[in-house]
Amino acid sequence: MRLGKIASGGGKTAVLMGLLSVGLLCGVVLAVCVGKYPVTPKESLRILFSVVFRQPVTASGMTVNVVLGLRIPRILASVFVGGALSVAGAAYQGIFQNPLVSPDFLGVSSGACVGAAFAILMSLTTVFISLFAFIGGILAFMLTISLPALLRNRSNTVLVLAGIIVGSALSSLLGFIKYTADPDTQLASITYWTMGSFAYVSLRDLAFLIPLLIVPMTILILMAWWIDVLSMGEEEARTLGADVTKMRGIVILCSTLLTAGSVCIAGTISWVGLIVPHFARMVVGSGNRRLIPFSALLGGFFMLLVDTLTRIIGVSEMPVSIMTGVLGSFFFYWLIWRQRDRIR
Amino acid sequence: MIYSVKNIRFSYRPSLPVVLNGISLTLEEGDVLTIMGRNGAGKSTLLGCMLGLLRPQQGEVQLCGEKVSILKPRLIASKVGYVPQNHVPAFGYTVFDYVLMGCASKVGLMSHPGRKEKEDTNKALEMLRISHLTTRKYSELSGGERQQAAIARAIVGKPKAVLFDEPTAHLDVGNQVRVLRIIKSLSENGFAVAITAHDPNHALLLGGKAAIFDREGSVVSGSVEEMVTEEKLRALYGEKLVLRYLEELGRSVCISPNLKTIKTMRLPD
Repeated sequence: MRLGKIASGGGKTAVLMGLLSVGLLCGVVLAVCVGKYPVTPKESLRILFSVVFRQPVTASGMTVNVVLGLRIPRILASVFVGGALSVAGAAYQGIFQNPLVSPDFLGVSSGACVGAAFAILMSLTTVFISLFAFIGGILAFMLTISLPALLRNRSNTVLVLAGIIVGSALSSLLGFIKYTADPDTQLASITYWTMGSFAYVSLRDLAFLIPLLIVPMTILILMAWWIDVLSMGEEEARTLGADVTKMRGIVILCSTLLTAGSVCIAGTISWVGLIVPHFARMVVGSGNRRLIPFSALLGGFFMLLVDTLTRIIGVSEMPVSIMTGVLGSFFFYWLIWRQRDRIR
Repeated sequence: MIYSVKNIRFSYRPSLPVVLNGISLTLEEGDVLTIMGRNGAGKSTLLGCMLGLLRPQQGEVQLCGEKVSILKPRLIASKVGYVPQNHVPAFGYTVFDYVLMGCASKVGLMSHPGRKEKEDTNKALEMLRISHLTTRKYSELSGGERQQAAIARAIVGKPKAVLFDEPTAHLDVGNQVRVLRIIKSLSENGFAVAITAHDPNHALLLGGKAAIFDREGSVVSGSVEEMVTEEKLRALYGEKLVLRYLEELGRSVCISPNLKTIKTMRLPD
């Protein structure tokens, strides 16, 4: 593959990462400008700089409100959520030795949905919806990992099966909550929430949630090389010298925190955690030391693009998962088409 | 003494039959040991116990004088390299990245291999004469090349012993000989080597020691000359195998008997 050859060396990966970072920054500035209330690039840069360097802001009140109150939180949220889901996806795929695993397969997303839906059913405020989503995600995850412990079989297969069991049980529960919800108000907001959106993020929530994403992401980037080793399978990794139980535990915990934190911010967003690592692997190769940081940047870029598109297409806002689903399935089709001779 | 296996007993569950039934073995520097036995006799299980993957219910395995059961994986890995049966990883790692994983016992939890480990990897690739494969994907190699890469990975961390699980499985005859040559060279360079094998000729080629599993899960071991005899092979495999000394090779070879075919190999109408 052509792209793979270009990026075979570490130096070339660094160049690609640099280019992607610049692209991401340009994307951020562009995203500040576009929308129902247009802002010129000059104005947006001026506001961005005055925030970064703590200078008094010199622009019209409306522009400042739109940029700082609405667009910046959204942009930050989409970049971090995209990066977090992609890193979680790459890490999960590595340790479960399966490139088709996505961050929500341990039941985290279903649990978060149930938590959020329950909060909506109880007519709680948005802060509680996020909190319940987080707790729901973590509880579902704990339920999933407790099954292999009960069966005294700590193999990956049992864990994956446990994820499927918990996931489907929770989607039934979600179905039940939807069935009892008020169809005019609650049902709509539950549905909207399960399809993901960055429309309601506030800077105050982000101040708390973004560190929650940065810490596990940093740990996974530092441990990336060990994910290579863990992806050799449990026994082989052990004979290579890995403390498999501990390392796998850390990686799963960090990835789960990333997934749950993302769901808190923006609801459940499909496909991103699956396709971004796939695409990144085609560009920088399979080694996780390059793959994970690259996925973080690429995922942030992709999510920013998708969210900006949902903002500017159509009259009312479209949930993010509609866009990621469309792009994701096309991408996946392309991926299978490319490998059609190798799939048996 | 690198390995000392003392009277180990192992079964996968209390309700299942005993696989290893009081096995004792020793392995010293420069030894090459061929472990033979019928399918399912417990050869791989024995390797599993020696690697600390499985814990014997009785007896103990000592590695350089320390109990394997209490050693951390990192310490075991720094002393033993393992070449598993050929399996293809889910991801297309390059041969370099694949071999580099053999340095894991020297890398910290939140860290990655440094310059030293990368140099060692290049040396190991050179030693196995596969430097030209450095940037190729491991999953795209041929069986013989994969085995060479796996051996490079097993020795890159400079272990004292190297264990092989059926290193010649799925290889053509040429590659089988090449892999056996590498194994013999390793032992001559001071590594303690143990392999499991199905072909008695491999034990005869390698020389050194042989260990044979009997039907009860016990093992008898000794020099290849003592262990690989017509009588023992016939008892082990249940076929009238023939052992002949070949003047031109200066060693014995094992030959299968002529085939007596089954006359009624037809399904009833």
